[in-house]
Amino acid sequence: MTALLEVQNLSVAYGAIEAVRDVSFAVEQGQIVSLIGSNGAGKTTTLRTISGLIRPKSGRILFEGKPIGDLAAHSILERGVAHCPEGRRLFGRMTVEENLQLGAYVRKDEGVAKDMERVYELFPVLGQRKQQKAGLFSGGEQQMLAIGRAMMSKPRLLMLDEPSMGLSPIMTQLIFDTIRELQSQGTTILLVEQNALAALALSDRGYVVDLGRTTLEGPGHELLADERVRAAYLGED
Amino acid sequence: MATLLQQLINGLVLGAAIALIALGYTMVYGIIQLINFAHGEVFMVGGFASLATYSYVLPDSWKSDWYLALPLMAVGGALVAVVLAVIMERFAYRPLRNAPRLAPLITALGVSVVLKEAVRLWYPGATAPVPYPRAFVDKQFSVEAFGGRITIGSTALLMIAVSLIGAVVLQTYISRSRMGRAMRATAQDPDTARLMGVNPNRTIVLTFAIGAALAGIAGVLYGIHYTNVDTEVGFLYGIFAFTAAVLGGVGSIKGAVIGGFAIGLIKSLAGQYLPGGTSYDLVWIFILLIVVLVFRPQGLFGEPERVRA
Repeated sequence: MTALLEVQNLSVAYGAIEAVRDVSFAVEQGQIVSLIGSNGAGKTTTLRTISGLIRPKSGRILFEGKPIGDLAAHSILERGVAHCPEGRRLFGRMTVEENLQLGAYVRKDEGVAKDMERVYELFPVLGQRKQQKAGLFSGGEQQMLAIGRAMMSKPRLLMLDEPSMGLSPIMTQLIFDTIRELQSQGTTILLVEQNALAALALSDRGYVVDLGRTTLEGPGHELLADERVRAAYLGED
Repeated sequence: MATLLQQLINGLVLGAAIALIALGYTMVYGIIQLINFAHGEVFMVGGFASLATYSYVLPDSWKSDWYLALPLMAVGGALVAVVLAVIMERFAYRPLRNAPRLAPLITALGVSVVLKEAVRLWYPGATAPVPYPRAFVDKQFSVEAFGGRITIGSTALLMIAVSLIGAVVLQTYISRSRMGRAMRATAQDPDTARLMGVNPNRTIVLTFAIGAALAGIAGVLYGIHYTNVDTEVGFLYGIFAFTAAVLGGVGSIKGAVIGGFAIGLIKSLAGQYLPGGTSYDLVWIFILLIVVLVFRPQGLFGEPERVRA
């Protein structure tokens, strides 16, 4: 069985600076996979490359077994990869509803209105304020909208970059519960997190990215127990 | 009193033409932060293209029927303007999209000179103002009022009507349609718009094309109202429209229209009533611009900063 997403020896450079040197990992259908690692390890760059915002320098990205490294961002989304970016990046001057409509921009089927209702069911606070500008919402509510917006394209693979960043513990818990809920509904998830403990606890598989390389990998619970991981990322000596 | 009303009407007509051009400036700036200085020349080319449609394309028997001639001239003017703007975007601006902002700005100035000189050299007789056909829509409505005579031509009414209708249609399109949402998304955050599946090139080309179509139509209306076209008007009206867009707040449709009308009115009223007359009318326009920018740098209806959620 081929993995849904497979990244092989990826390297990405901004000019002369190599942000990602040799990253390899695979995401199986139906799994939650997380990439953990410190600031500047290359996790965000990896996601931005998968979604087509940046071109890889070398290496291969396969989605459903087919290379997508040379495709434009909109073609990659059309194939079923949605990216919920770091810092949420909502369209702050547009309403909740318009943000969700943009999430469904590539869809031409009739089900958009129904899926929008599903987002409102999942996050009732959005449904109550759908005509308000996204920029007026709290951090947690914005993260809900960002996830809802990414789901509107009906992705096969949802990539979430730091969904818990800047959120209260309660909000973080809610977002992680939502991620698990989305998985149970059949969405495959690639998660980038600095909150390694929470991310690994949730994940079927984890990869540690360090200085642009994948250095460790394993099932989430095994990595959680790994002494090197605990020392480096969980703040234990 | 009659003079005042007459000048108000003249100002509104001039303002309507400026507003139509300013819409293109403001839309293009909104989406790629480029002041497209060649946009005034697109308006001028639209005027010449519609004249060429009349002179070389229309069969003689149609020329006296304004309801046949005018729409076809508008289509001719707008079409040439759109093709020109699309070529301009593709070959002059797109290669520079990630260059420092000065580079596309200078390029725009270069494109503007090329267009103006090309028309002057190659359009028959364009070294001087070329008379525009006035065999149609020259009906004047005049009323005796306030101890004088106030006249408004059908071309003036048409100019004002087209400008207002154009702005309302455009505003509706941008705020309601799927492509309008894509344009706003690209303007706010190009990378995230790409993550939504918006094709930035297609969105930007569409923006240029809409702006050019409006400028082309403004060219036709200018021609039938002022009864000539001149290679110089591109630069002059380009400056007016640029000022209108800045005054209203670059990126704002409403701002461009109100800025356009404001400039038209100031020019005609200041020319009539302020010391110095028409020799100083441009001075007042730019004084107003400076005053607005001192107290409200984002313009009347502009967004103060990029708001990023």
